[in-house]
Amino acid sequence: MANEVLTGAAAIVRSLEMLGVEHIFGLPGGAILPTYDPLMDSTKIRHILVRHEQGAGHAAEGYASASGRLGVCIATSGPGATNLVTAIADAYMDSVPLLAITGQVGSKLIGTDAFQEADIVGITMPITKHSFLVTNAADVPQTIAAAVQIATTGRPGPVLVDVTKDAQQGLAEFVWPPKVDLAGYKPVTKPHGKQIQAAAQMIAESKKPVLYVGGGVIRSGAHKELLKFAEQIGAPVVTTLMARGAFPDSHKQNLGMPGMHGTVPAVTALQKSDLLITLGARFDDRVTGDVKSFATGAKVIHVDIDPAEIGKIRFADVPIVGDAKEVITELIAEMPSAMKAAKYDIKEWWSFVGGLVERYPLGYTKEDDGKLSPQLVIKRIGELSGPEAIFAAGVGQHQMWSAQFIKYERPNSWLNSGGAGTMGYAVPAAMGAKVAQPDRLVWAIDGDGCFQMTNQELATCALNNIPIKVAVINNSSLGMVRQWQTLFYNSRYSNTDLHTGTDEVMIPDFVKLADAYGCLAIRVEKEEDIDAAIKLAIATNDRPVVIDFIVSRDAMVWPMVAAGLSNDEVQYARDAAPIWDGRE
Amino acid sequence: MSRHVLSLLVEDKPGILTRVAALFARRGFNIESLAVGTTELVGLSRITVVVSVEGAALEQVTKQINKLINVIKVVELDADQAVQRDHMLIKVRTDASTRSAVLEAVTLFRARVIDVVSDALIIEVTGDTAKCAAFLKVLEPFGIKELVQSGVLAIGRGSKSITEKVLK
Repeated sequence: MANEVLTGAAAIVRSLEMLGVEHIFGLPGGAILPTYDPLMDSTKIRHILVRHEQGAGHAAEGYASASGRLGVCIATSGPGATNLVTAIADAYMDSVPLLAITGQVGSKLIGTDAFQEADIVGITMPITKHSFLVTNAADVPQTIAAAVQIATTGRPGPVLVDVTKDAQQGLAEFVWPPKVDLAGYKPVTKPHGKQIQAAAQMIAESKKPVLYVGGGVIRSGAHKELLKFAEQIGAPVVTTLMARGAFPDSHKQNLGMPGMHGTVPAVTALQKSDLLITLGARFDDRVTGDVKSFATGAKVIHVDIDPAEIGKIRFADVPIVGDAKEVITELIAEMPSAMKAAKYDIKEWWSFVGGLVERYPLGYTKEDDGKLSPQLVIKRIGELSGPEAIFAAGVGQHQMWSAQFIKYERPNSWLNSGGAGTMGYAVPAAMGAKVAQPDRLVWAIDGDGCFQMTNQELATCALNNIPIKVAVINNSSLGMVRQWQTLFYNSRYSNTDLHTGTDEVMIPDFVKLADAYGCLAIRVEKEEDIDAAIKLAIATNDRPVVIDFIVSRDAMVWPMVAAGLSNDEVQYARDAAPIWDGRE
Repeated sequence: MSRHVLSLLVEDKPGILTRVAALFARRGFNIESLAVGTTELVGLSRITVVVSVEGAALEQVTKQINKLINVIKVVELDADQAVQRDHMLIKVRTDASTRSAVLEAVTLFRARVIDVVSDALIIEVTGDTAKCAAFLKVLEPFGIKELVQSGVLAIGRGSKSITEKVLK
């Protein structure tokens, strides 16, 4: 039978259908118009019309991060494409499998400064795993298939496919499956056997091991294997900002998050360790602090699917290139004999670590300005929503408190912009997550600054029956920047007041704003009203909900290691360094 | 700082040179020389890059280059395991009194004269970087009016080819 002849535009839609894509977030414009026409007829793909392309990008990220599937966004040429850039950069930093499809001006117009022309392939080269320019309808199926393969395998990441208008309009035979030839792309997933043996022996001989778990464990879907492995070796576990939920917070081996705002036990266990068993983590500067003084007594086993991460920041005594799931599975098999031979024993280590856990629990003190404690609000959202919910955060203080005070029990329940630190991530990411997992309760926990960057997607949520809950942790300021100004700039608050609080001009009034967007809008100012508002939000599913929590602006995120300092300098609270006894 | 010659086997796709060059710039490496051309295999090109870097930094940039989808292989070609050649075209000022001295230098360095006019010669020379530099030094007193050079080309010694494994 002869192959069907399709336009390039129809081939884009058909290819996505064949690859199992069910949802796309986007906004049409001139150069992508041909593709929007057949998209209207697709019964397999639901397109969700956003209000800003950045929202489409973050929604696709949230979709991917909540479900582990590919997220897809689509935009027109020029400004449509450049509006995707922030989300693409974000996906690159956090290894999110993202496919961005953009229209491009006709191939004959490329290079003429045509209307809405931008070299988006060039612009996104440093922030994509790969990018394609398609100028011929016949190349559409193989390019889309290759793009999806690249985005979803190995270390996941964003891939951009830029399709000229004439390639969308041209006709070509639709050949499926297409021949995908990626000679230079062969990600290694299976670890080297000798390295596994070396790692097992090093673990068995260690006295003070720590499992340093990163987002790679979540992307790999290796949480079950991690649990088994961690219990097998009984070592303390720290989960980075990207790995919250990779290991249950309720587990007694979990010390919490390491890094700049990590728990004292997590930060200190890494510092005093003699072996970092690093799984899908990348020694980010927010975790290590001053690298030279980071965990100076520790050897390093470094497991990553991306060879370039190994040895980038910290020398690895045992480098293992491979997929976290396969590596951990092989380590589990190797451990019993290694542990027996080396008489593995870490009791003494636990007596030190256990002491830290006892002495330095996470906590906060209430400010005396009569406003809500943001930590309490976030803690109650977590407790009343339970571990099956999904929590997406923006960037700043509320993000750190959400990472600290919500207890995560499963992977993909915590979504945030870790590497890029993109304010405005929360609302669209929560929207994408709710589309991917409609049966789950999805919260966007946002700051008053972040919320004003992307809240227009509330219209998208309200109109498309995507009932997310938004908790605005409203301290009327750019809170994290303000915290740094308090601590390091003599409380000189340069340009951090946002005037959204109740004793201010309140521009905007978030309750009025949310109401205008068709959401249930609630303001909470008293501690006794917190639970009722959260419960009402959880019970409301006919529209999105926005709760404006008026919180203290002087609340700060603790513990803290100031930027550039050694992790030995961790502050438990302001002017309160942990007290060490002789055992360290 | 040490000088390294990297040889990249790449797919001949639009933008590949930009991807490679931009990656060096982004990671803070200066490219000393660059040569690009097709290979014996259709669709594959070879890029020879000379960079000056610290030891560990080279490993990081090599790994990053390997991550580029269109890059098939990256090898470092050590001077003692590989043949390295520069190619130069030099326009030298000459007159009746200096021409024979210049021609003597051309013979000594096994260079070639490509074009002759009354007041200049165009000379072609190939060789490793040191030989080409020495030749230039000899010509300098006569007056070098114009100089163009290719990037370093390098190929591993022996019968093995870096494309061999790719073929199968």
